[in-house]
Amino acid sequence: MRDSTDSGVPVLAASHVTKQFRVAGGHLTAVDDVSVEFHAGKVLAVVGESGSGKSTLARMLLRLMPVTSGTITYQGKDVTHIRGGELRSYWRDVQAVFQDPFASFNQFFTIGHTLRRGMRAEKLEGDTLDALIETCLGYVGLKPGDAVHKYPHQLSGGQRQRVMIARALMMNPKVLLADEATSMLDASLRVSALNVMQDLRDNLGLTVLFITHDIGQACYFADEVVVMEHGLIVERGTTDEVIFTPKHDYTKRLLSDVPDLKGSLKVRKD
Amino acid sequence: MTNISSSAVSAEQEGPLVPETPQAPGPKARPAWRSLNFGPRMWVSLGMILAIAVLAFIGPLLYPYAPDQKVGGLYDAPSPEHILGTDNFGYDVLAVLMASTRNSLINGLLAGTLATLIGVLIGVVAGYIGGWLEEALMGITNIVLAIPAIVILILISMSLQSTDIPFLKGIVGLALVIGITSWPWTARAVRAQASSVATREHIDVAKLSGARTGGILVFDVLPYLASYIVMAWVLQLASAILAESTLSMLGLGPSGTNSLGMQLHWALAFQAVAVGAYWAFLPPTIVLTLISFALLYLQSSLDEVFNPRLRRGKKKNLARAAARRAEAARKLAEQIEGRQEVTA
Repeated sequence: MRDSTDSGVPVLAASHVTKQFRVAGGHLTAVDDVSVEFHAGKVLAVVGESGSGKSTLARMLLRLMPVTSGTITYQGKDVTHIRGGELRSYWRDVQAVFQDPFASFNQFFTIGHTLRRGMRAEKLEGDTLDALIETCLGYVGLKPGDAVHKYPHQLSGGQRQRVMIARALMMNPKVLLADEATSMLDASLRVSALNVMQDLRDNLGLTVLFITHDIGQACYFADEVVVMEHGLIVERGTTDEVIFTPKHDYTKRLLSDVPDLKGSLKVRKD
Repeated sequence: MTNISSSAVSAEQEGPLVPETPQAPGPKARPAWRSLNFGPRMWVSLGMILAIAVLAFIGPLLYPYAPDQKVGGLYDAPSPEHILGTDNFGYDVLAVLMASTRNSLINGLLAGTLATLIGVLIGVVAGYIGGWLEEALMGITNIVLAIPAIVILILISMSLQSTDIPFLKGIVGLALVIGITSWPWTARAVRAQASSVATREHIDVAKLSGARTGGILVFDVLPYLASYIVMAWVLQLASAILAESTLSMLGLGPSGTNSLGMQLHWALAFQAVAVGAYWAFLPPTIVLTLISFALLYLQSSLDEVFNPRLRRGKKKNLARAAARRAEAARKLAEQIEGRQEVTA
């Protein structure tokens, strides 16, 4: 099991990160001078409405999108401009689960092919690879027979998302970024997906960045919450601080938009 | 590093997150080819192409006359022995037509495939990689597009006729010329499609799985463009055959080789229209039209195959399904009314 003791050095950090997109007649700033740190074994939720810059921040952290300015460090090392083998090595440690469980799959290949693909660099084959697939699918409540020989369209949305989590786990990551990973699932599957991620944090000590527009979900299992609006971080703190003593009007509005939050808060207080 | 296998909690211990529901046995699986939903247009176009291919490749094996065998005089009219008559050299027109069709098809296949390969390679790399490489490749593409292709074709064809390399003098040389001048439209269209696919989430997942750029292009981008590439290839075949015919008719085709365009060239040069020898120019014109029509028809029917929204018969099937539902509802209403009457 991973040592989840926080030594104080962040596993992953973004420092003064800005992202601008060229648009007709100028620039659009999607993320504006954002600094954020992820500590080992913690769940950090980034909350905000659509267009607040949270997914852009995640894509920059994943190095799927270049930063306009600022620095991204992983285990104290600057990874802002790494390429080639170094970048592939970074991607082994920092994995992601995306919003659309269907679009995340290459529809032309089976689930087994998708799962095995990440293990090519490891030269894992045969029984060892099959055992790893079984273990990782087991984590998310699936059996190889349920998925390995099937194509993505033959699985339900919840199964597809769980396979995506299993795929990320096979890479043996230290950080998992879940970008709106539950927003396209129906309510019952959403809770089970959240529970899976919570189990991964508890059992494997995985650091999780949970990006969501639903502050209720963020409160469900995050240790810390960052609230973003128009590319800026408007509030940050422990989950209790953000829920019980919100300072920014935007955070208060997000909290008031959660229909049954009062009941959840009461349970949490108790 | 985390050792996943040592800390695994098996599905059996934890139980599945979602209760499993027993699945009813599904309907008998359809063969893979049935899922392609070939429509009537597809069968018609494939039938026409097959007929033309038989004429071009099997016909000469069965026909008694060779295309370079003098069997009569200048423009002998059609007769039971020579059903399409003879041409200006006294050759049997049907024998020449079969050889010409074969050469035109080979030229189309070579040139169309070459143009598609170049266009797809440039388009996919530009669309996926983006940045300065995309700017450079699309700049080259736009320059090639801006130069009138027919002028380039004429100039290169003329220079090929005086070359010492026999390989380039024939139909293959012309096919190479057509292939390397007709890729830009394919490149532009494929670039647009590839840049759209490049932004999809499965590409990000492939990167996170450690896939290299080459692997992503082959396994994650190209399969999504396959239907588009097949359609572009079919169009390139038709364009290449027409381009070869145009050049040959102008007298710039490969010397000493039969082709549909060369048949028309000789018919024009020897006044076939003026003397009323319609059998000298009508057969190659009809075959050329049929080839182009069949390929364009095939392209439009492929659009139906790959795009479910364009499939014919879908409206009819929906209407049938609605009629079945209405009939079932009517029967149910009758049953309910019957029961109410019995109760009353």
